[in-house]
Amino acid sequence: MSQNIPSIAGEKPAGDRLPPTADGRSVALQGRFSIARFQSLIALFLLCLALSILSDKFLTVSNLWNVMRQISVNICISVGMTLIVLTAGIDLSVGSVLALCGAITAGLLKNGIEIPTQNLYIGFTVLGAILAGGLTGSALGAFNGWAITRFSVPPFVATLAMLTVARGLTMLWTGGFPISGLGETFQFIGTGWFLAIPLPVWISIVVVALAVFLTDKTRIGRYIYAIGGNENASRLSGINVNKVKIIVYTIAGALAAVGGIMVTSRLDSAQPNAGISYELDSIAAVVIGGTSLSGGRGSILGTVQGAMIIGVLNNGLVLLNVSPFWQQVVKGLVILLAVIIDKANSKNE
Amino acid sequence: MTDTATLLEVKGITKRFPGVIALDNVSLSIEAGKVTALIGENGAGKSTLMKILSGVYPDFEGEIHYKGEPVRFTGPKDAQQQGVVIIHQELNLIPYLTITENIFLGRELVTQYGTMDKGRMRKKTQELLDRLKLKVNPDAQVFKLKVGQQQIVEIAKALLTDAELIIMDEPTSAITGSEVEVLFDIITDLKALNKAIVYVSHKLDELFRIADNYVVLRDGKSIESGEMAGMTHDQLISKMVGRKIDVMRKTADRAVAEPLLEVKNLTLKSRLKAGNVLDHISFEVGKGEIVGLFGLMGAGRTELLESIFGLHPAHSSGKVSIDGQPVCCDSPSRAIAAGLALVPEDRKKDGLVLGLDVKNNISLTTLEEIENLGTLSDAKECHLADHYISELRIKTPSKDQKAKNLSGGNQQKIVLAKWLATRPKVLLLDEPTRGIDINAKTEIYKLIIRLANEGLGILVVSSELPEILAISDRILVMAEGRLTGEFSASEATEDGILKAAIGVSPATDGGQRSAISGQTL
Repeated sequence: MSQNIPSIAGEKPAGDRLPPTADGRSVALQGRFSIARFQSLIALFLLCLALSILSDKFLTVSNLWNVMRQISVNICISVGMTLIVLTAGIDLSVGSVLALCGAITAGLLKNGIEIPTQNLYIGFTVLGAILAGGLTGSALGAFNGWAITRFSVPPFVATLAMLTVARGLTMLWTGGFPISGLGETFQFIGTGWFLAIPLPVWISIVVVALAVFLTDKTRIGRYIYAIGGNENASRLSGINVNKVKIIVYTIAGALAAVGGIMVTSRLDSAQPNAGISYELDSIAAVVIGGTSLSGGRGSILGTVQGAMIIGVLNNGLVLLNVSPFWQQVVKGLVILLAVIIDKANSKNE
Repeated sequence: MTDTATLLEVKGITKRFPGVIALDNVSLSIEAGKVTALIGENGAGKSTLMKILSGVYPDFEGEIHYKGEPVRFTGPKDAQQQGVVIIHQELNLIPYLTITENIFLGRELVTQYGTMDKGRMRKKTQELLDRLKLKVNPDAQVFKLKVGQQQIVEIAKALLTDAELIIMDEPTSAITGSEVEVLFDIITDLKALNKAIVYVSHKLDELFRIADNYVVLRDGKSIESGEMAGMTHDQLISKMVGRKIDVMRKTADRAVAEPLLEVKNLTLKSRLKAGNVLDHISFEVGKGEIVGLFGLMGAGRTELLESIFGLHPAHSSGKVSIDGQPVCCDSPSRAIAAGLALVPEDRKKDGLVLGLDVKNNISLTTLEEIENLGTLSDAKECHLADHYISELRIKTPSKDQKAKNLSGGNQQKIVLAKWLATRPKVLLLDEPTRGIDINAKTEIYKLIIRLANEGLGILVVSSELPEILAISDRILVMAEGRLTGEFSASEATEDGILKAAIGVSPATDGGQRSAISGQTL
C-alpha cells in the first residue's frame, strides 16, 4: 500500500516555517481566553465572598461539606448532560432515570427478587444491587440514544418520553411508596467519609476526572465535539455518529444511576418522587458553565463550576432565610444572566 | 438625476478590529445607473466594506456621502430605509413563508382595521414579479423555488423598498447558466431605472459582461478604480494580487494509466420520484490520472461522488472497485478504509467543523493514528497539523486557530489536509475551488496536479469549464444522470463539452444553450 502514499504525507514537517498571519481578525482573539475562561470561577468566588460576609454560618466546615455533598449529585448528572449537550442534544429524562435506578437498587437490596410460581428467590448484595441500578440507568440511556439515532426522533422528544416512562416504571416498582431501611453498608455511600472528605464528593471527583479525560484525551471525546460542531462533516469524515451518540446517552443514563444511588443512600430511602426537576438544575449547571446548547462548545470543568454556583446559591439563599418562592425566582434570573453573559462572550468571537 | 450622478461616495474609510486594520483609508465612488464591480481576493476587505455600506458596522473612521450628503447608517434597517440594500450570498428568506409574505416581511400593508391587507400585498407582489419576469405564483412557498428564483425574490424585496443602491454578494455562486442570464437581464433593467449596483464576484468573466466600473481592493486598501471597458483579465488579476501569476498550467497528455478506480453500472434511484438520479454509470480513473467531471446543475455530479463514497447505500446499485478489489462502500468509514476520500462541495456545511481549531479539523479523519494507548497524543496531533500546514501552505496564525476564522482558500486546504492524512488512493473532489480567490485556486490546481503525479487517482467535479480544461487528463461529461461524453485533454474543447453537457435530451430548450456558453464565454 505504501506505493500509494503520496510523498506529501511522508516528508518531514518544517515546524520552523509556520506561515505568517493570514487573517488578522484572528489575532484579536488571542486575548479572549484570559477572562472568559475564568468568568464562572470569578462569579463563584464573589458569591462565596458575599455569602461569608452576609451569613456567619456559610463559611463553616460543616456547612461547606454539606454544600459539597449536595452538589455531588448534580455534578454527576450534569457531567452526563454536558456530554449530551456537546453533541447538540438534551436529556430531559435524567431525573426520572435517577429515581428509577435508586428505587431498583433499594428494592433489590431490601427485597431481592421473588418469583413465587418458580419458588425462586434471588437476594442481592450491596454491590449486586448497585450494579443492577447502574445497568438499568445505562440501558435506559442506551434506549434514548437508540430511539434518537435509529428513528431520528429529536432528543428533546425522545427523552421527554423517557421522563414519563421512567417515572411510571418507578411508581410501578415501588407501588408509590418509599423503600426505606437499606442497611449501614449501603448508607455509607451517601453519608460516609474517606480521608476526611465525604464519599459523595469523592465519587463526583472520580466522575469528573474520568469525564475530563474522556473529553480531552480520547477519540470519543473529540468526536463528541466534532458532532456537536458539524454533524454532517463528522459523518463524512468517517465518524460513526450514531454510535457516538448512543454511547453518550448511555453514559448519561449510567451517571443518572450513580446520582440515584447516592441520593437513595443519603436518605436511606428510595423515594418514588426523587429527582423531580433535577434535569432543570442539571441543564442550568451546563449552561451556566458555558456549554452552548447548540453543541460543539463547552467543557466538563465549566459545568462543575456551574453546578457549584447553583449549589452555593441554593445554600446561601437558605442560610439567608430567603423564602423558597424567592429562591426559585433568583435561581431563574441567575441562569438567564449566565446565558446573556455567555452570548456576549461568543459574540466577541 | 443624471446618468453619471455619483450616488454614494466613500471617503477615506478606515475600519479597525482589535489588532488588525480591515480597511485602510479606502475611497471609492458609486454611480447611479451603473454596475460597479468590487474585486479583491478573500480577506482583501470586500465583506467589511459591504458591511459598512449596508449599515452592519456603524463604527468606522472616514465619511460616506450619500446623495451628496454626509451620512452614517446606524444599522441595516436604517441603511435599508435610506435605500441601500444588500443581497447576501446566503439568501435571507424564510423558507416556509410565501413569496408575498417574504417580500412584505416587516413592512406588511394593513387595512383600516389594522389587519393585514393580503389582497393589496399580493397584487403588489405580482406586479414586482411581472416586472422581474418571474413566472411563479406569489403564494408559492419560497423553499419550493429554485435558488435563482429565490434570488429574484430578494431583488423584488429590494425594489419594494425603493432601493437606490443594491449590493449583490456573489450572486451567481449558486445558480445555473440560464438563471445567470435572467439575473443579468434584471440587472440591465435596474440600470435603466437608474439604480446603482455593487456587484461582488470572483468570476471575472461575469464582471466583464455586466460591470461598467471596477474597484479593486487589496489588503484593505483601495488599489484602483476605473472603467471596465479596455481592461483585460490579466490586468485585473495582477491588480488584485499585485503580481502576475500563471493562472493555469496544462498537464501533458499521459500514457494510458493502469486503472485504479473502476465504476460499473452505478445507478442511484431517486428518492422523490420514479426514475434514476444516476443511470448505469461506468468509467475508470487511472493511477496518476486527473479525470474532470463536468455537467450542469442537476446532472448528478455530486450524487455520483456521494454514491461512490457510500453515502446512499440504500438506493444505489452497481460495482465500485479499487485496484481490482471490489469495495462495498455503505458508509464513509468503509469508503475511507478502501482508500477513497471525498472533499465535499460545501466546505462549511460538510467539510469542516468550523468551531474546532485547525489541528483538530486536520486530525479528525485519522484520530486512531494519533493515539497512544487509547488516549490522543497532543504531540502527534501537532506534528500532523504542522506537517500539512507547511506542506499545503495553509495560512493561519497558529494551528490552534478556529477554522471559521480562516479564509475560504485556507479552509479548503484544511479539508484537503484532513483527507490526505487518510492516505487515500482515490481523491474525489467536488468543486474544489468554489468561492475561493484566484491565488488560492492556483495553489489548489498545483496541488491536485502534484498529487496526481505522486500516483493518486483524482476525480474532479467542477462547473467551471476553464478549470476542468486546465487540469484534467480526461474529461467526462454528465447530463441528467448519464454519461454523455468523454474527451481526452487534447481533443477537449469548450464547445464539445458544453454540447455533451446540454445533452441529447429533448426537454432542453434552445435558450439554455446560449445561456451556458454565455456563462463561460
